[in-house]
Amino acid sequence: MYVAVKGGERAIDNAHAWLGEERRGDHDVSELSVAQIREQLSLAVNRVMAEGSLYDPDLAALAIKQARGDMIEAIFLIRAYRTTLPRFAGSEPIATEKMACDRRISATFKDVPGGQILGPTFDYTHRLLDFKLAAEGGLSDAPEGDAQQGDVPHVLSFLDGEGLIQQEKQGANTPPDLTREPMELPANRPLRLQSLARGDEGFLLSLAYSTQRGYARNHAFVGELRIGDVPVEVEIPELGFAIEIGDITVTECETVNQFTGSKTESAQFTRGYGLVFGMSERKSISMALVDRALRWEELGEDNLGAAAQDEEFVLSHCDNIQATGFLEHIKLPHYVDFQSELELVRKLRRDTMAGADSTPAQEAAE
Amino acid sequence: MTMDMRNELPPAQAARKAWLSLMAKAPDSAMLALWNAQNCTPSFTWLRRPETGTVMVRGRAGGTGAPFNLGEMTVTRCTVQLDNGTVGHGYVQGRSHDKARAAALADAMMQGDAAEALQSAFLTPLSQQLAATKAKRARKAAATKVDFFTMVRGED
Repeated sequence: MYVAVKGGERAIDNAHAWLGEERRGDHDVSELSVAQIREQLSLAVNRVMAEGSLYDPDLAALAIKQARGDMIEAIFLIRAYRTTLPRFAGSEPIATEKMACDRRISATFKDVPGGQILGPTFDYTHRLLDFKLAAEGGLSDAPEGDAQQGDVPHVLSFLDGEGLIQQEKQGANTPPDLTREPMELPANRPLRLQSLARGDEGFLLSLAYSTQRGYARNHAFVGELRIGDVPVEVEIPELGFAIEIGDITVTECETVNQFTGSKTESAQFTRGYGLVFGMSERKSISMALVDRALRWEELGEDNLGAAAQDEEFVLSHCDNIQATGFLEHIKLPHYVDFQSELELVRKLRRDTMAGADSTPAQEAAE
Repeated sequence: MTMDMRNELPPAQAARKAWLSLMAKAPDSAMLALWNAQNCTPSFTWLRRPETGTVMVRGRAGGTGAPFNLGEMTVTRCTVQLDNGTVGHGYVQGRSHDKARAAALADAMMQGDAAEALQSAFLTPLSQQLAATKAKRARKAAATKVDFFTMVRGED
């Protein structure tokens, strides 16, 4: 329990004023603009959009600036802002097979139709600090090739065509929404995917890694990883038809996993799915691995007691705003709580001392 | 299914959908620069003043399965009525009230006599700008496509 205490106003005001000054840092160094953050720290912006669960690069950049680069604080700001906005509609499901791919790779097929497109990746860099960037970046023009025409097909659709991979079940047009109704467990897959899509990247990364190390291992191959722009289509009631309301960048990961099968059903690969706002490769692969681990029951696998299989554990702990809210509240005044504990310990000690001299020890106070 | 619905739209609606979609997706700066250059200042009344809200973006499990909520995006909308009674809707990505207003006015004007002029002076150049940006990105992506070759092992 914590109680309202008065008297800190001046200290709080001054603390916030100092926060503002510290945020600005040395005045001899020019101030960062929101546009600079949006353009040059775009992967940070992407993470804030994904976990803040609101696609708006300018807002995410502003939140990063305000939070002094503390990502969870920035995500918190975005979540709080989002609650002030009315929701106009839900979109048609985005058609990721029509994505304009910046990047598209498959770890399962070398010669996949549409090709392996590396995109602007950190892969194959040597992870050596580039001191040229400390001086000045300079403009480098990326080489251009002959653009591909037409859509790039999903890699898994080839396996699907042969019946080699389990087909995805269809579901309700209006999926459950954990931002509207409290999450109920057991959750269905759409609810799990929503929760994972806005879940903490670090938490999901660790859980996904735990499955690779053997806690509910499911042998994931990255069937396909694609990053690019897709239009978002929304039905407009005033018009009576749908329009494209915007373009968003998303990262999609489809994994091909250990197969199932029985005497009656032929063997088939299974799948995990990750979809995240922005360019968020690590998060989308993590999401796909955790999604797959959570499907153990549906796929007739054993519960091995692994954390990644435990829906309650994963979904209740993957939201970093919930987690940090509860964690950080313990630094707020708990003076009364602590006073009572203090009294109790003192009393117990007195009793023990007294008991050492005389006879029966008293019951501990409740 | 969406594809079928799209194909079934009558030509007038399909055209309207195309210009509304174009304006919704255009970057604020590009759209407003071009719009302001048109000096279109028709007199109008607000049926709905610009307001910013969200659209919940949905994906599908496995890309093909059950829909799920991915997260929201910011959207701004407004509705205008020209003095001749024509109603225009602006629905745009982001939080720019100016852009929503421009989109609504353009939507209204595209339903009248000014359509042809506005198409050639405003929508077509805007569409070309967007297509050029998109095409440049696609060419850069194409340059990062892997051309595999197999190393020949030592002959004997």
